[in-house]
Amino acid sequence: MQLSTEHEELRRTVEDFAQKEVAPVIGDFYIREEFPYDLVATMGEMGLFGLPVPEEYGGMGGDYVALCVALEELGRVDQSVAITLEAGVSLGIMPLVRFGSDEQKQRWLPDLAAGKALGGFGLTEAGGGSDAGATRTTAKQDDGDWVINGSKAFITNSGTRITSHVTVTAVTGRDEASGKREISAILVPSGTEGFTVAPSYSKVGWNASDTHELAFSDCRVPEENLVGQRGKGYGQFLSILDEGRVAIAALSVGAAQGCVDESVRYARERQAFGAAIGTYQSIQFKIAEMETRTVAARLAWHDAAEKMAAGKPFTKEASIAKLLSSNAAMDNARDATQIFGGYGFMNEYPVARHYRDSKILEIGEGTSEVQKMLIAKRLGL
Amino acid sequence: MNIVVLIKQVPDTWSERKLSDGDKTLDRASSDAVLDEINERAVEEALKIKEAGDAEVTILTAGPDRATDAIRKALSMGADKAVHVNDEAIHGSDAIATAKVLAKAIGTVGDVDLVLAGNEATDGRSGAMAGMLGELLGWPSLTHANELTVENGTAKAKRETDEGTSDLEASLPAVVSVGEKINEPRYPSFKGIMAAKKKPVTTLGIADLGLDASEVGLAGSLVQVDSFAPRPPKSGGQKVEDEGDGGAKIAEYLVGQKLI
Ligand SMILES: Cc1cc2nc3c(=O)[nH]c(=O)nc-3n(C[C@H](O)[C@H](O)[C@H](O)COP(=O)(O)OP(=O)(O)OC[C@H]3O[C@@H](n4cnc5c(N)ncnc54)[C@H](O)[C@@H]3O)c2cc1C
Ligand SMILES: Cc1cc2nc3c(=O)[nH]c(=O)nc-3n(C[C@H](O)[C@H](O)[C@H](O)COP(=O)(O)OP(=O)(O)OC[C@H]3O[C@@H](n4cnc5c(N)ncnc54)[C@H](O)[C@@H]3O)c2cc1C
Repeated sequence: MQLSTEHEELRRTVEDFAQKEVAPVIGDFYIREEFPYDLVATMGEMGLFGLPVPEEYGGMGGDYVALCVALEELGRVDQSVAITLEAGVSLGIMPLVRFGSDEQKQRWLPDLAAGKALGGFGLTEAGGGSDAGATRTTAKQDDGDWVINGSKAFITNSGTRITSHVTVTAVTGRDEASGKREISAILVPSGTEGFTVAPSYSKVGWNASDTHELAFSDCRVPEENLVGQRGKGYGQFLSILDEGRVAIAALSVGAAQGCVDESVRYARERQAFGAAIGTYQSIQFKIAEMETRTVAARLAWHDAAEKMAAGKPFTKEASIAKLLSSNAAMDNARDATQIFGGYGFMNEYPVARHYRDSKILEIGEGTSEVQKMLIAKRLGL
Repeated sequence: MNIVVLIKQVPDTWSERKLSDGDKTLDRASSDAVLDEINERAVEEALKIKEAGDAEVTILTAGPDRATDAIRKALSMGADKAVHVNDEAIHGSDAIATAKVLAKAIGTVGDVDLVLAGNEATDGRSGAMAGMLGELLGWPSLTHANELTVENGTAKAKRETDEGTSDLEASLPAVVSVGEKINEPRYPSFKGIMAAKKKPVTTLGIADLGLDASEVGLAGSLVQVDSFAPRPPKSGGQKVEDEGDGGAKIAEYLVGQKLI
């Protein structure tokens, strides 16, 4: 896939923003475990949250590929900022874009697309993430309302000052014919009575991003807050996860590339035994392998994105891209940290951040094992 | 309001900049070219005026083919249209020759109320364009503006210098050059990037401006570069031994350099 001129210009704009505005400040936010509101506001003004949102709802009317291009550039510099955008769009916005009613879109999308508000999607529960169908949270109809009870774990963007809502999956009954549990998606506005957001987790990485456990106790929202069809919540979410995986893959390739950039620079500068460490073949080979993984992973997300944009099936390609790129990010982060020696273990260095951040790429939005299950399934196994 | 913003594509200040050995002009091919940051501020200022009232913003540049990238960036920030003076004959123009070209090109835009420029380009750094254009057009020029308000046919600017702040005022039409502190330029949005594709860009040669090749370029320039030498490498600097009075010694040095 060749980036179009517009995508290339967007890439350069985001690169500029990431290098000039994110890179100098994000290390401090990370160490303080603080959410970078000002950066998110600027990203909102740049229209990044609105990239795949139709213009009539305040979006850029662009395509999902544009979002992936932006994510790769942000991921190169910092994953917390990148995941805030990735989750903000693929989990906070896309369920509404794809399945929301016109009223829901008009009410929620303009602020979300402008980055003035953030939304979350709560699927994972303490009892299980990979097996998302095992949801225990329930929503019962009562007097024109949904009454929600249960909890959600690890929900991104769910507790910021600007979070407007979280869409949660809940069991809303049983299918009469099959007897299977019926799972639906329901939008819960922030601040609704009975909806509590626990304090931030203490995380290994992504420390400038926002993640919380959520509890619902007789939490009432109007019936019209159902997103999409009743009983289709799980299936809908799975379809959204496919495109989300391409986005996460692009972000991961950015992280892998960031590790290469930093390592090349440092290998030229750092002297040991009278020569730049980049003159030693073992360092050169390490960096050559890092570059190879990055390029292969980029080709994989481009391949998935190309099929996605053409409206072709891309589930397998998205899983391949996610698997390959999250491995590339983790492997590159480990190698880059090694190349940086002791400095690589210091939080203020970008490679140290990548080292801590990259692990979750192999877990979130479908673990590596889940990706392999999906790939194998597409092969008829 | 009809606003023209002068923009220049310059070698990225992050890359190594060189003069070419042949005709001793700037070697523009050897480094990445970007829209000069000071010009982003000039564009931003024009867009603010446009957003506060009603204005059409035209981008004007004299530069080679690849200056179209700088034009597109300015258009994607939100300017309405552009004029690109692109002619081999301009190569090697000094500041006065460039000003002649730009003055003529401004004439093609119609009844212009305001011309905005950067106070100094990061490559040529003559810091002369706004003054020269004012002279050629017969308009007042307010240079080094760190604040600008345009209303009721007047432009008011604040200029900061080491001595203090000057308040400047002129009636339109006028030329204003902006300083580093005037604003923070916006990033183009994707919508802006998409829209820029469809905005009109008029390309003109010097003949279209009624100029002759002898009036511009190396031939038409009063200043010509005779020879040049690279800046000598930095010397070792001065080492301050701290014998308990290190702070005072550093302060003394800085005072000597008029830095504090
Ligand atoms: C920082 C962060 C942000 C997150 N943001 C969100 C969010 O916004 N919304 C949301 O809904 N969730 C979110 N999550 C949750 C994340 O998606 C889950 O953690 C992930 O899907 C894994 O689920 P789990 O933790 O329950 O692990 P489990 O599903 O319990 O898996 C444990 C291990 O078993 C493996 N495994 C499971 N089943 C199989 C099998 N059949 N075969 C082989 N191996 C298997 C898994 O691969 C894994 O290695 C976030 C998590 C984190 C850490
Ligand atoms: C040794 C040397 C070699 C040079 N070789 C070349 C060459 O080969 N080709 C070449 O183009 N220049 C060349 N120049 C630069 C050229 O002389 C100046 O760019 C030009 O005269 C304008 O001066 P400046 O950049 O110093 O403008 P300044 O007065 O410092 O710029 C102020 C503002 O004027 C406006 N402006 C300046 N130039 C333009 C322009 N071209 N189009 C639109 N707006 C503009 C911008 O808003 C800018 O921010 C050379 C300069 C030197 C010293």
